[in-house]
Amino acid sequence: MAEFTQVSADAPIATKFMNWVDNRFPATKLFKEHMSEYYAPKNFNFWYVFGSLAMLVLAIQIVTGIFLTMHYKPDAALAFASVEYIMRDVPWGWLMRYMHSTGASAFFIVVYLHIFRGLLYGSYRKPRELVWILGCVIFLCMMAEAFFGYLLPWGQMSYWGAQVIVNLFAAVPFIGEELALLIRGDYVVGDATLNRFFAFHVIVVPLVLLGVVVLHIIALHQVGSNNPDGVEIKAKKDAKGVPLDGIPFHPYYTVHDIYAVSVFLLLFAAVIFFAPEFGGYFLEYNNFIPADSMKTPAHIAPVWYFTPYYSMLRATNDQMINVLAVMIALAAALGVLKGRFGVGGKLAVLVGALVTVALLKTFDAKFWGVVVMGGAVIILFFLPWLDHSPVKSIRYRPSWHRYVYGVFVFFFLVLGYLGAQAPSDIGNYVSQVGTLLYFGFFLLMPWWSSLGKFKPVPERVNFAAH
Amino acid sequence: MSDNTPLDSSKRTWIIASSCAGVVGGGFAAVPFVSSFEPSERARAAGAPVEVDIGTLKSGEKMTVEWRGKPVWILRRTPEQLATLSKVEPQLADPKSERNPDQLTPPYARNQDRSIKPEVLVVVGICSHLGCSPIDKFQPGAQPSLADDWPGGFLCPCHGSTFDLAGRVYKNKPAPDNLEVPPHMYLSDNRLLVGQDKQA
Repeated sequence: MAEFTQVSADAPIATKFMNWVDNRFPATKLFKEHMSEYYAPKNFNFWYVFGSLAMLVLAIQIVTGIFLTMHYKPDAALAFASVEYIMRDVPWGWLMRYMHSTGASAFFIVVYLHIFRGLLYGSYRKPRELVWILGCVIFLCMMAEAFFGYLLPWGQMSYWGAQVIVNLFAAVPFIGEELALLIRGDYVVGDATLNRFFAFHVIVVPLVLLGVVVLHIIALHQVGSNNPDGVEIKAKKDAKGVPLDGIPFHPYYTVHDIYAVSVFLLLFAAVIFFAPEFGGYFLEYNNFIPADSMKTPAHIAPVWYFTPYYSMLRATNDQMINVLAVMIALAAALGVLKGRFGVGGKLAVLVGALVTVALLKTFDAKFWGVVVMGGAVIILFFLPWLDHSPVKSIRYRPSWHRYVYGVFVFFFLVLGYLGAQAPSDIGNYVSQVGTLLYFGFFLLMPWWSSLGKFKPVPERVNFAAH
Repeated sequence: MSDNTPLDSSKRTWIIASSCAGVVGGGFAAVPFVSSFEPSERARAAGAPVEVDIGTLKSGEKMTVEWRGKPVWILRRTPEQLATLSKVEPQLADPKSERNPDQLTPPYARNQDRSIKPEVLVVVGICSHLGCSPIDKFQPGAQPSLADDWPGGFLCPCHGSTFDLAGRVYKNKPAPDNLEVPPHMYLSDNRLLVGQDKQA
């Protein structure tokens, strides 16, 4: 609890006012802690703008979303027409809607880049594990938000996309059917489903999302930002306790971010005004046809940001299960032959592998497809403990690590591309390889991330004044 | 409060007990909220059987009727189409409809053509994978997403599962089960009732 402070009677009125407020609410203290005296490393590069941009897009989504709810009708009989009404009859309604639909894709672009930045510079490593985990929770919330929101226009893609995703839950053994029924509120996706998805999209998920964003930032400001060199700036401080390589977030990085915001808004506006559908990737063509429960469109695919995971789901068939079973058996054999643990440990590995293989063969490939899809996101949570490299930043890792990241990103993009295409045998084989590489990247990370010759990490960050 | 106050263990016991009671109470309070997600009485009631006249359905034609919000296909198969059913059996995952027969195949459809009358197939047109509605691929021969010796059947556009002309799923496809044959019965030669059978 702070002491009650007095200012002299002839102080300027603004000082008196802030003193009055600060005695009742820590306004100045909060501003200092999070802005003017939050010291961020001075060597940030352009990769560091995506956090601020993600906040901007979140704000755009909330504001445009509020205005859309004023005209939208969450009713299976009226929803599709109400969206067209917003597009045609509501003054500037088309702009609100295009900002919201483009904003959804922009949110994922910005966040994917933000996550990749974390991968490059080891921003998830100790002591930033909770910053990373809270970020992963935000990513999950965004996925839920995007999924619920996608049903609302009640087009063919909305309808069949929701049908597919809700049925993912039905694949869970024993309780699946009951669970899917609980989510839909009806035996098929219908009015009840639309109405509750609307509630989730406009209040439940955004509320949680905002809360977790606040936690993400509080956690970040507790440990301080990482930087492209992966050097802890708090290790070297001046007499006043300010990191030698730190600069106040405000005004240095606020100005820096305003520049990024201008560039972003330029691109954002270009898409909104010239290519809001973005060739069917941001708004899918089939979604301009009203939902029809009798007929699935000839080609259905999720929006681009879900396609890598969707490819993994499609790739998991009986063949893939056999491959996985063989790989688990080989891994167990390797563990028993080469592992540096006792007889008990080896026995546990063997039993564990046997049980896993038995489970793989017992439940349907369909269920494992769902597990693979979910696991692809959940595995991100464990990254802080999977990476065993002695340095954080890619700059001081062995050069060949860059190729590992390159292959990972390449296959992630290939999976994304294939997920948007109609199913084909060749596409499926490539997806299976991509899925194995995706999981291999993470699960083998404790091994490969510690291999090679690491470069010496400097004491202070690399920075050339400009 | 000073730090060396001795712990009052009876107070501690009551704190634990009341916390447990609070958690149990909270659990019970959640029941009505979770239950409100269940299908409403109105949704439960809307499951009446549908009567269909199939007299105008020509050989090789398919019609779709809505039952419980789902598409039900009625296909009058040609003799050539029926002949493909025995040929494709080695390529099928469950040719004898032995998986989950109680949910998917009523006793009167547990045969090779999965139907009461051999030529008339009645199935729910919802893929057992993730609930898309497969599309008709009756034309035999090579075509995109299908095998080169495709004998005719259905293709699910979502994840590429294929089904033969009796709604039986092919091997190595994402869908685990055959298409569901709904309960159905003939009221007369050409009048079909979908959603109810003689046992019900």
